[in-house]
Order: sequence, then C-alpha cells, then structure tokens
Amino acid sequence: MNKLWDWAYAWEALPLLAEASVITIKATLMGFVVALTVGLLFAIGRMVGPMWVRWSVGGVVEFIRSTPLLIQIFFLYYVMPEFGLTMDAMLTGVIALGLHYGAYCSEVYRAGLANVPKGQWEASIALNLSNWTTFKNVILPQAIPPVVPALGNYLVALFKETPLLSVIAVLELMQTAKILGSETFRYVEPITLVGIFFLVFSLVSAALIRRLERHLNAGPGRRT
Amino acid sequence: MRDFLPELLRGVIVTLQVTAGGAVVAVLAALGAALARLYGPTPLRWFATTYVEVFRGTSALVQLFWLFFVLPHFGLTLSPLVVGIAALGLNVGAYGAEVVRGAIGSVTRGQWEAATALNLTRAQALRRIILPQAFVTMIPPWGNLFIELLKATSLVSLITLSDLAFKAQQINQNTLRTAEVFGSVLLVYLALSVLITVAMRALETRAARGLRRGRVG
Repeated sequence: MNKLWDWAYAWEALPLLAEASVITIKATLMGFVVALTVGLLFAIGRMVGPMWVRWSVGGVVEFIRSTPLLIQIFFLYYVMPEFGLTMDAMLTGVIALGLHYGAYCSEVYRAGLANVPKGQWEASIALNLSNWTTFKNVILPQAIPPVVPALGNYLVALFKETPLLSVIAVLELMQTAKILGSETFRYVEPITLVGIFFLVFSLVSAALIRRLERHLNAGPGRRT
Repeated sequence: MRDFLPELLRGVIVTLQVTAGGAVVAVLAALGAALARLYGPTPLRWFATTYVEVFRGTSALVQLFWLFFVLPHFGLTLSPLVVGIAALGLNVGAYGAEVVRGAIGSVTRGQWEAATALNLTRAQALRRIILPQAFVTMIPPWGNLFIELLKATSLVSLITLSDLAFKAQQINQNTLRTAEVFGSVLLVYLALSVLITVAMRALETRAARGLRRGRVG
C-alpha cells in the first residue's frame, strides 16, 4: 500500500478511465462544434452587423474571454434553471465549453476574414453578386482554410479544459479519477494516468496540426 | 448584494495573492526554461523541453490535482496556497517560455554581431543588449498570459482555497441568490482582467519609450 506506484491498482483503474475518456472526447467534439458555429456567428456579427450588433457582440466576446470558464459553467448550471431552463450536466458543460471557445474562435475567423483582400469584394460587386452570395461563395472559402490550424489549436485547448466539467459531476476522466481516488485513498495512479492521457493526446494532435499547416501552406490548390 | 460583498472581497484578496505569486513563478520559470532551451547544455535543454511539453500538454486542473493529491505520497505536503501558486505558475510559465523564446529570436542578428564586435561575452550580450530589447516585444503576450493566469486561479477553489470562486459557491449555497452571486463574481473577474490589461499597456508604453531613449543616434 505504501508503494509509490502500484501497478496492479493502475491496471485496475485503466478500463474505468478508458470508459470515461469516451465522455471526455464526446464533450470535446460536441463543444468544438458549438464553438465553431458560435464563433462564426460572432465573427459575422462583429464584422458585418449593424452598429449595435457589432458593439454588443464585441462586448459579449470580451466578457467571455475575460472571465473564468469555471464560473461560466457554474453560472449556466445554477442560474439557467431559475429561468426555467434545466439542462443535464453534460449538455450544460458542452454549451459552456462551446460558448467560451466560440469567443476565442471568433477572433480567429475575424483574422481570416480580414485577410481576404478588399478587391475580392469589389470584384463581386462588379459581377453584380449580392452581399450574402459574395460572403458565402467568395469570401468564406478564401478566409477559412488559412485559419484551420489556428482553430485546431483551440480544439486542443478545449480538450484540455474538459476536466472542469467534473465540477458539475459529468463523469469524464477527472471525475472518474477523483472517485477512484476517494474510494481507495490512492490518487497517485489515477491522476497520473489522466495526465499521461492528456499529454499523449495533446502531443499527437499538435503534430497533426503541424502537418495540416504544412499541407495547407504547400498544397497545390492554394488560393492567394 | 450588499450583504455578501465583504465576503466576496475576502475572496478577491486570495485570488490576487495566487495571481501575483503565480505571475512571479511563471516569469521565472519561463525565463529559465527559455534560456535553458536556447543556450543550455544538452541535458538541461531536454529537461526544459520536457517541462514545457508536459505542462502545455496536460490540463491545468490535472496539474493542480497532481501536485495536491500526489505529492503528499512522495512525502511532500505543501499548503494549498503554495500548491496553487506553484501549479498555476508552472503552467503559465510553460506557455511563457515560448513567448520568451520567440521574443529573443525576434531580436535581429546584427545586434548579436555588434555585441561580438564590441568583445562582449555571450552572457553580457544577452543581459545588456538582447534581453532588454526582447523585453519590449514580450509585454503584450505576457499581458494575455496574466489574464489566463487570473482566470485559472478560479481552479484553486477546487483544492479548498477560499478564493473568489470558492466564496461564490459558498455564498450561493447560503443565500440561494444564484444569478446575483455568480453574476457579480463574473463582473469582478472582468474588472480584474481589465486592470491587468491597463497596467500592461502602461508598462508597454514606458518600456518602448525607455528603449528609444536608450538608443544612440
């Protein structure tokens, strides 16, 4: 029991943690889909909306980025039911993650959109395209590919924040590790295993993003 | 709102303590790791790289829990405040190491060459020529990192430190005025990060001015 590292216990914990990692990955992917969508809406609102939309979206984005995700999770989890909106913990967590990272992603989209040369808009006007058609068919396809790696970095960042969902009792990796630890009074193995899981996942995805970046920069179909 | 404000302010003090302590740890760790990776002997370089990758690759909460729950098994029991400052400082420091590395790399080669021509040793050149210039480019990204640090301090509530986030939960349980409590706590965090932004911007202007004045010709 006083061993620093108990292999038998670690092996016992592994299947439970593997099961929990499915929830972690699910929360990550769902949260990221929300973030990508919300981020694009924020970016569009902030760039082409009427003045009051620009100001309020800008304010919301700054607010979300300047306050801790933990409190945002608590806020959604405890305050929404007061307005008659009761959601289960997982859904609340996904929305919190999605909104938080949506605010970050909107800045990435904004940079991408701003990098499309003005001439593209002018050419579209000359071709008599409507504003919306121009945006959808001309601007967006040029704006998104260059920022894909930056968005990928936020996927990794979002993944690393999923342990926060343990505070509203989502049974993801960290919560499972904590439960295991409290049952056996041994936290060394479960928490270390969780750390290793995150490390491996982050390193692998960072390498994949680097490859993607190179691919997008060197690809034959590159539009300038 | 008025009845729980004093309690919240007590939490703010703990939050500020962890932020300030964490910032000191982060800057020292970042400088050390960046210099080790750039100029250190191979083993030191590996050590610094491992530190950066491990702390950037895992979650801040996992690191906090690891220091809090696992270190005692190695016979090292630290107070929650020390654990919070160390874990968050090391976490932000790992990101900061890349900022420092980038800033040092952005100083033009000619500055090194001029220092060599003046017969300065590498350490002298680094300390008196390169780092002061790198410092100015470093300030804005460090501002962002300090805001990340401030936000991350909310995690120390989970290792029993009674910071702002902890007080929020406590007051919420006692008063059940959920929207008010969490709403005002979010506003306090917002105010603190605006404060950091303003302070860093002031520092940036001063540093840029100092650098211009220090230049000959």
